Amino acid sequence: MAQYAWIIPVLPFIAFWLIVFFGRRLPGEGAYVAIGAMLIDAMLSVGLLVQALGGAHYQANFVWAVLGNRPLELGYQIDPLTAVMLNVVTVVGSLIFIYSVGYMHGDPRYPRYFAYMSLFAASMLTLVLANNLLLLYVGWEGVGLCSYLLIGFWFERPAAARASLKAFVTTRVGDLFMFIGILLIFFTIGTLQFDEVFEAVEGGRLAGPTLTLAALLLFGGAVGKSAQVPLHVWLPDAMEGPTPVSALIHAATMVAAGVYLVARTYLLFFASPDHTALTVVAYVGGITALMAATIGIVQDDIKRVMAYSTISQLGYMMMGLGVLGYTAGVFHLMTHAFFKALLFLAAGSVIHAMHTNSMKEMGGLAKVMPWTYRTMLVGSLALAGVPPFAGFWSKDEILLEAFHHNPALFVLGLIGAFITAFYIFRMIFLTFGGHLRSAAHPHESPGVMTVPLVILAVFSAFIGLVGAPWWDNPFHHFVEFEAAGGAAFDVGLALVSTAVALAGIFAAAAVYYWKWISSASLRTAFGPLYTLLVHKYYWDELYARAIVRPTVWTARQLRTFDVYVIDGFVNAVGIVFVWLARLYRLFDLYVVDGAVNLLGWIAKTTGGVLRYMQTGRPQNYLLVIALGVIILVIGGILR
Amino acid sequence: MLSLITFLPLAGGIIILFLPKTRQGLMKNVALLASAATFVLSLILVAMYRIGQGMQFQEIFRWIPGIGINYHLGVDGLSLPLFVLTALLSVLSVVYSWRIDTRLKEYLFLFLLLETGMLGVFVALDFFLFYIFWEVTLVPMYFLIAIWGGPRKEYAAIKFFLYTLIGSLAMLLAILILYFNAEPRTFGVLELIRQQPLSGKPALAALAFWGFFLSFAIKVPMWPFHTWLPDAHVEAPTAGSVILAGVLLKMGTYGFVRFSLTLLPEAFKQYAFIIAVLALLGIVYGALVALAQTDLKKLVAYSSVNHMGYVMLGIAAAAAAFGDPSKAQAAATALNGAVFEMVAHGIITGALFLIVGVIYDYRAHTRGVNEFGGLGVRLPVYTGISTLAMLASLGLPGLMGFVAEFLIFVGSFGIFPYLTAVAVTGVVFSAAMFLWTIQRIFLGPPNERWTHLPDMDAREKVALVPLAALMLIFGIYPRPLLDVINAAMTTLVSLVR
Repeated sequence: MAQYAWIIPVLPFIAFWLIVFFGRRLPGEGAYVAIGAMLIDAMLSVGLLVQALGGAHYQANFVWAVLGNRPLELGYQIDPLTAVMLNVVTVVGSLIFIYSVGYMHGDPRYPRYFAYMSLFAASMLTLVLANNLLLLYVGWEGVGLCSYLLIGFWFERPAAARASLKAFVTTRVGDLFMFIGILLIFFTIGTLQFDEVFEAVEGGRLAGPTLTLAALLLFGGAVGKSAQVPLHVWLPDAMEGPTPVSALIHAATMVAAGVYLVARTYLLFFASPDHTALTVVAYVGGITALMAATIGIVQDDIKRVMAYSTISQLGYMMMGLGVLGYTAGVFHLMTHAFFKALLFLAAGSVIHAMHTNSMKEMGGLAKVMPWTYRTMLVGSLALAGVPPFAGFWSKDEILLEAFHHNPALFVLGLIGAFITAFYIFRMIFLTFGGHLRSAAHPHESPGVMTVPLVILAVFSAFIGLVGAPWWDNPFHHFVEFEAAGGAAFDVGLALVSTAVALAGIFAAAAVYYWKWISSASLRTAFGPLYTLLVHKYYWDELYARAIVRPTVWTARQLRTFDVYVIDGFVNAVGIVFVWLARLYRLFDLYVVDGAVNLLGWIAKTTGGVLRYMQTGRPQNYLLVIALGVIILVIGGILR
Repeated sequence: MLSLITFLPLAGGIIILFLPKTRQGLMKNVALLASAATFVLSLILVAMYRIGQGMQFQEIFRWIPGIGINYHLGVDGLSLPLFVLTALLSVLSVVYSWRIDTRLKEYLFLFLLLETGMLGVFVALDFFLFYIFWEVTLVPMYFLIAIWGGPRKEYAAIKFFLYTLIGSLAMLLAILILYFNAEPRTFGVLELIRQQPLSGKPALAALAFWGFFLSFAIKVPMWPFHTWLPDAHVEAPTAGSVILAGVLLKMGTYGFVRFSLTLLPEAFKQYAFIIAVLALLGIVYGALVALAQTDLKKLVAYSSVNHMGYVMLGIAAAAAAFGDPSKAQAAATALNGAVFEMVAHGIITGALFLIVGVIYDYRAHTRGVNEFGGLGVRLPVYTGISTLAMLASLGLPGLMGFVAEFLIFVGSFGIFPYLTAVAVTGVVFSAAMFLWTIQRIFLGPPNERWTHLPDMDAREKVALVPLAALMLIFGIYPRPLLDVINAAMTTLVSLVR
């Protein structure tokens, strides 16, 4: 079956074109085509997962280009990591596609939404299946494009148009490094196939500082895509897109592609001298996790809370990979995909009912939207890391690895865990607790939206158990990086992290449910810190001043330079020649032409004189002849 | 076969000259028929072409034997793609120009004459013949700009003409240097490549090299000889811009690969770094200046400066690798990329100028980027195709521009790693530039001023859809085109070694 795996990205790709060309004429105005393609993909993926569990590895290549006499091959592969990712993308994707039927109902560009989503799925699946850096990069940019198109889906809103541009350009800055990294790898070892690259690393052909540099350059791409500090600024703005888009692209799959990239090329990071590259990954992840979580506390827009939460969780994944927790990072990627998609979709359900994103206008929704409330509660518990929900198992593994390999990051992670529990339950209490704070008339969403929520909630509750210790952590044996090993489950540590999560929930309840402490008094007490958080640590302002404006300024200066200096020089040369030409004209007129005229005058004058030689009268000629004869005769006589 | 294809447009043009002025429809049909037949024949040529067998379909006749001039035509993997591209863009331009009504007869005649000139440039294998074709392209273009152009048409036309003419003279000098150093004296390109007349004469080689350089660099155009381009593009009629960007610029890069690289490899190697730096300047500078433009046509014109910089970077890298077998692979890759970029840029930028024309010629009559906004709602098809072309231009994987840029970067990274690393930053700027443009024109709230604009009509779709399809097909699977190019480039690289 693995030999037919190439069908997986092709199906949504075909769906994309079908919808583009036929749109509303298709069943379900195109939605059924897109969903059908995804469901078939999901079934294929499950089949592949079963095969991969049986230990199957598969690879296939075809020649994409021949350069000189060397073929450049592209191909796909099936291994445990790919199988897991395929299932995450197709299962979560199918559910989100179905949910979208309800959420996007009545949108004027309804078919186009499903076209873009299908294109996204095709790109993401290409990215996941690729067995080489080039094809991965193709998928990588493809998902970036779809992200751009879907963030700006409601492009009539200037904010959406701006956000889409920001997302694409910011990630492209990361991609620039990744691309140079790809060039460096190709330059050094002449191949981009993962297995050949790994062979080269093991064989020492790619080693030392070059290896570290290559790994870090690739990580640059991951920083952009996975919204890590300092390129995280695009993700919160990306919330301008429709909520299912945020769920699929900006929570579950695309933003995790950076984590996937690091996992996929883990050997490069692992083999870099002194684990330098891994350490960078760990610290970037840890700092991101904490920083984004703190911003999440002060957001009032329900989707932005989720956005910062996503950034923070991606930071955890990176940190996990960085502290030698290969399995932990990938595990968290998987569980997070389910519970964060759930949280987003539930938030979408709330927004669908309330027609606003602002939590200040919500409240008391638990009664009117029971299914949304219950599922969102499950998602929040999973995010907060309360056992036995999914997030607990994976986050605990990350903290465990950090505890063993980098105590500083462990502390950071633990603080982050507290804040995570705090902000997500702040959101729960603000949205579902208390009384409604506006005049809206919310209602529960239709079944096409709540059923996917329930299914995702089931996953969020139980998927973590595949990494549970009492049956020897099967996930760890499936997706593993042998050289990195893995720390054994530690009950004490699990208790600590659970206690921290519960403390966070309790603190949130104290402020927002029981209201023992008013949030306003907290704001005044932590005035400067609050300002810093509200301004998101001033990253946007920094970039606007330090990068965007100088670039535009330079561009304008160069345009002026082009018009006045370079072109000015050209025109000056032209003018000089025009003047020279005028000068020549004067010279021509008075000197050359004068000379010509002089000649003409001389000729004319001479001609005028000589005219008398030729009168045309025979008697004159006879006279001359006679005179000539006489002169000759006289001459002859005299001699 | 080659002569037939090359002179077919001219024949059509001459027929048009003899048609009565009132029969406008007939004139257009003759023009369409001539250019379409040329295109179809060029496709037959492709079908008959055998990859990897060097110069094919050669035609050689003694022309002026006293000074070694022959009428010599032929195509290889370098010229064939450009040859077909020329035929394709010409027929699409004729389709697009359907609504021209001022002095139609002259327009069509000049256009077809131009096509013959361009086709001839790519297949001529004798310097004398090449020079004639080269100059033949100049005159019709001059008139196309000067008669059917915009408000500053005279200035732009004269600037274009003088600039290129200076280049031509420099090239003539270089050709004569080659001619007088060959033994026996010949203008035959293949014969000269075999002889390498300037090998071991560095001073003369340098002189000839800079002679060719000036001519080709102006045509490309390389920084800092690029300022004629925005003026010419802005003033030229749409079809003229398409041909100018799509084909005429390629004549410069074609010249670098066909002549500079093969005839003067040592001199080129010596100066390759300078050329690469100029190319790099073109890349970064072009992208930045494009970013600051508010006139859509100028924006596309500067993006051409940027893209042709990539081509030159690839060529310069290949030149720098001369004589170093360990870099042969990288050189072949870079050259593949450069030639692929020539074709890709022809298709993409050709499409972009048509796109500008669609909005400017018959709809809004303005090209100010900031004057639009929200067109995405009113003109979905137009928006889709424009976005596709711009994404292709900014090098999005899956579209043609990426393949070219990837090959150029991969190849030149092996030769100029630092320069290439800097050049890659151009990709970010062009992404910012095109997306910002898309945002300003198509996104945002619909501008009331443009609510009456109709979407693209059938004729415009006929002109644009083939180009869009090509961007996509060769972007996903470049092999059909790349194999043709690669065979020629491999031969070329091994030839000069």
